[in-house]
Amino acid sequence: MKAYERVRLARDKDRPKIGAYIDALFTDFFELKGDRLGGEDPAILGGIAFFEGQPVTVIGHRKGSDLKENLTCRFGMPEPEGYRKALRLMKEAEKFHRPVITFIDTPGAYPGKSAEEHGQSRAIAENLAEMSALKTPIISVVTGEGSSGGALAIGVADRIWMLENAVYSVLSPEGFASILWKDSARAEEAADVMHMTAGELYEEGLVDRVIPEDKGGIQADFDLSIRAIRSALKTELAELQELSQEDLVSLRYQKYRHFEGELEPDYADFNWDAIELKELEEALKEVVSHES
Amino acid sequence: MPTGFEEKRKIFLGYRKMREKKSSFTPLGDRLHLLFDGGKIEHLFRDVCSKDPLHFPDYQKTLVQLKLKTNANDALITGVGSVDGIRAAAAQLDKHFLMGSMSSAVGERLTQLVEYADKKKLPLIIISASGGARMQEGMYSLFQMAKTSVAVQRFKDHGGLYISVLTHPTTGGVSASFAMLGDIILAEPGALIGFAGPRVIEQTIGEKLPKGFQSAEFQQEHGFVDAIVPKEEMKTAIAKLLRLHGYKGGPA
Repeated sequence: MKAYERVRLARDKDRPKIGAYIDALFTDFFELKGDRLGGEDPAILGGIAFFEGQPVTVIGHRKGSDLKENLTCRFGMPEPEGYRKALRLMKEAEKFHRPVITFIDTPGAYPGKSAEEHGQSRAIAENLAEMSALKTPIISVVTGEGSSGGALAIGVADRIWMLENAVYSVLSPEGFASILWKDSARAEEAADVMHMTAGELYEEGLVDRVIPEDKGGIQADFDLSIRAIRSALKTELAELQELSQEDLVSLRYQKYRHFEGELEPDYADFNWDAIELKELEEALKEVVSHES
Repeated sequence: MPTGFEEKRKIFLGYRKMREKKSSFTPLGDRLHLLFDGGKIEHLFRDVCSKDPLHFPDYQKTLVQLKLKTNANDALITGVGSVDGIRAAAAQLDKHFLMGSMSSAVGERLTQLVEYADKKKLPLIIISASGGARMQEGMYSLFQMAKTSVAVQRFKDHGGLYISVLTHPTTGGVSASFAMLGDIILAEPGALIGFAGPRVIEQTIGEKLPKGFQSAEFQQEHGFVDAIVPKEEMKTAIAKLLRLHGYKGGPA
């Protein structure tokens, strides 16, 4: 399947939203609202529920399931208040030793006026920093589109999973094409080079598990994917909960410490294989002749 | 060793020599030269380079040209030096190298510097100018936000002092990670500082943004910047802050 077809599937309006996952995986969900700093953002949904009898904190992007809700939730694009609510709930989870499970499905953090006035950057940065040191297990599941810092802000986790047709990227393919090629219409082409599908990211080691979907997409057999998530959660939560808090945080540090593309150690060297001799000469000549 | 490896390397070094004679490199790290006594910086970790994880069209060509133009390997200059006699670890993310965007190499160098400062108990100063993520490195770039934030957080948890300096412009994945995590956050007057770029915001909300939106002054008004300091006075301000945190200069 072409990468952009998966982007379409990930964005499909009929793709299950966070509510469906909560209903299928947990019982007794109790929603908790507000960042305790003066705001409540519906684009982030959070609360406590039972998973197989144990209390967990559940947090995720809420896109909304009809147009009215879509608009109130800005299609799942949070304001700083949403990220601060998420952080408050995570700190409470830490206090009561509840694992945190986050569901990622967002086109990105909301690029609005009040978002900037209220410190979107600081809110996201704080979540990245605080999640890295949270003394309770965190598992993140990308269920739809995971786009940019707005996704990562609830995605610093011990385990990162993706649904088979979910996508996770530095920016939407439209934004990517518009920045690099000044042409957002080249989104399909962008999706091909961005390595944003679950399969590619799993192969590169940036994602820990791919949750299978039915051939017809997740809507065709939601239960198949839910069974896979449930069984993975059972095993991996048990594993993570056996670790001491110290080991847990230290392993998370190590995981993020080593996220990088291949690096080349020598000063004037880099991936010489990737550039043709002729191309190299021309590129260098261009620089020198430009100035003489 | 693949064929042509040595040959290509030789060609690159040849051109560099030619350039050294003919014209000067575009120097990166001007703020570090202003910060450190005598403009002297002991470079660290300068040999960490990004490869091309996505095999992105023309990325290698752009990198090799920029390396030749700037004589630096990536957008982040890292090192140690003295600020009014006080030893400090510092980095500058320079917009003259692919808009100071965050590559794997930038993330790794920054992390190595933070770990070095932690180990040596040095104060940490990071001066940023960046458009955000390095698109050509895709998800690897996004994850540098987490990697650098995680490193900075650990440094702070260990009691280290981190001063973040925001210069024009600091946006996207850089402002939404280590740049906004300073114990102290300083900014240069008029610098554009924000998460989303002004054009994206205007497209989203369908109206023009007021003048001065996302400026350093705006950020200070909204509580995200401690002080606005012109670049000529930055060294004095930082030295004062270091002394206020108990750091003392050794013999000059």
